[in-house]
Amino acid sequence: MNLRKIFKNGFLILLASLVLTACATQKKTTGQVEGDVYTGSDSVEYLASGVADRVFFATNETVLTTASRETLRKQAAWLRKNSKLTVVLEGHADERGTREYNLAIGERRANSAKDYLMTYGISSDRISVLSYGKERPVDSGTNPLAWSKNRRSVTVKAN
Amino acid sequence: MLFRYLFILLILLPIKSFALIEVDITRGNLSPLPVAVSPLSIDEDSRNSFKKILKKENIGSEISAIVENNLKQSGLFNPLNKDAFLQKPDIANLKPRFEDWNLIKAQALITGKVTFVDEKLRVEFRLWDVLAGKEMMALAFTTVPSNWRRVGHIISDKVYERLTGENGYFDTRIIYVSEEGPKTNRIKKLAIMDQDGFNNKYLTLGNELVLTPRFSPTNQMVTYLSYFKNLPRVYLLDIETGMQEVVGDFPGMTFAPRFSPDGKKIIMSFAENGNSDIYTMDLENRIVERITNHPSIDTSPSFSPDGKQITFNSDRSKYQQIYIMDSNGKNVKRISFGNGLYGTPVWSPRGDLIAFTKLHKGKFYIGVMRTDGTGERLLTENFYQEAPSWSPNGRVLIFYRETKTNSKGEGFSAKLWSIDLTGYNEKMVTTETDASDPSWSSLLTN
Repeated sequence: MNLRKIFKNGFLILLASLVLTACATQKKTTGQVEGDVYTGSDSVEYLASGVADRVFFATNETVLTTASRETLRKQAAWLRKNSKLTVVLEGHADERGTREYNLAIGERRANSAKDYLMTYGISSDRISVLSYGKERPVDSGTNPLAWSKNRRSVTVKAN
Repeated sequence: MLFRYLFILLILLPIKSFALIEVDITRGNLSPLPVAVSPLSIDEDSRNSFKKILKKENIGSEISAIVENNLKQSGLFNPLNKDAFLQKPDIANLKPRFEDWNLIKAQALITGKVTFVDEKLRVEFRLWDVLAGKEMMALAFTTVPSNWRRVGHIISDKVYERLTGENGYFDTRIIYVSEEGPKTNRIKKLAIMDQDGFNNKYLTLGNELVLTPRFSPTNQMVTYLSYFKNLPRVYLLDIETGMQEVVGDFPGMTFAPRFSPDGKKIIMSFAENGNSDIYTMDLENRIVERITNHPSIDTSPSFSPDGKQITFNSDRSKYQQIYIMDSNGKNVKRISFGNGLYGTPVWSPRGDLIAFTKLHKGKFYIGVMRTDGTGERLLTENFYQEAPSWSPNGRVLIFYRETKTNSKGEGFSAKLWSIDLTGYNEKMVTTETDASDPSWSSLLTN
């Protein structure tokens, strides 16, 4: 009986502290998130004028959004123009998952981007894929905005 | 031979009395057993010899301090303050005055003696039942002096075994990933240490990202993921020789490796075209077998101790859940059905339980369930924690937890933690640097 009481109290204290930390992390509001997908431009770099280097994903998702497909069509056009270039697609996950599963989901995200580039005429031997899972976040924050920036596939010039 | 030092062990006297003291380890222990660990006695000559070799003032006290610390950390024992001890170590070892030890409420007493014999360390120790006034166990070891810490761990294991009826877990090591630097560019190295945090050694330099090291059953080898040359692949490392090799010849990322219980195979995931499936490779004949063939992500495989089954996590039901299957990939069965996502299943060395990480409503839990998925118990809850690994006796789990270092949610630290299977005795494991991905070895001496 006593034990149960101790447990209950301990649990309440834990809950209270979690609520407090949660409040503290939700103040940052730079950038935008739509339906869990990052739509801002923070951390985005450009492969060429108007050609963004990365696309973002929803939590636990690997499908491309309409905006992502548009970005990738621009990348495909740029790759067709620069036919000697090869690229690495680096797939990433946020920290809210187990390490091994996140490696797999990073690989799947990068391959979603790769498949799309291929349907726009880029040969698969110009594209390699590398998953970092959650090992290389671009934003070290522990809040939904930071996580949305980290769920990404980044196209990096390889030569 | 890193783990095969000379160890001569002899039983001084037959164990004659049955134990009156018993420690029940199956429930949370709210009243740990009061135990007196008398410093091991040492004669002047031996003391001076060890001082020269080991740079320790009194090796007898040092060894008993290891025993004391181990017993205390287990949460099952309460080592009493030495200031209250009435009897001198050398006399206590010959014939304890039980009334004296009873007076300070000790129920068990550990005594012993250290001597320097033929350049070797000889340790004898005795375990006494204070209430019954009887000797419960007497053992002696001879080994090279540099093994002195391990002698402390072996004594701890023997005491634990005698009083709980279960195997100990103190003469063991932990392999883990040492972490330094900012979160966006962490430097990670493989590191190995004794279970109590001593004798820490780095096995890689930090030039490439390394993840998820796991011991082979004999503790000689480690399998892990390395990003050497930016090609994430499963590697095999011989701890003794430092030799490393890639496991298999896969055209893409291999990850999530573990050994089979007989040490002959490595089970892992291979990712290709956005799909991860589970494979094994035989280390002798290099034959690769595909175990799962499903368009979902199948990863984090772990064998049952008899090698007949495999548990893994898969998102074939849309989200990450835990499954079991036969070792040939047949009879796949989902076993986790609670709310939330389930990952990192690890089969207990006793065979009866699977430990896991659960993610639900923004919190991470370490828990256990029976192998049919019933009896789920969550042991600990936090903002972020994962990757449980079992102590060799299946009583304790070690895992890692990341915490924010200030109230604004800025900065973070990653540390190893251990918790008893009962959900009690949660403790941080001290490491030199930040740490993650712990893997517990089996007992070094059997």
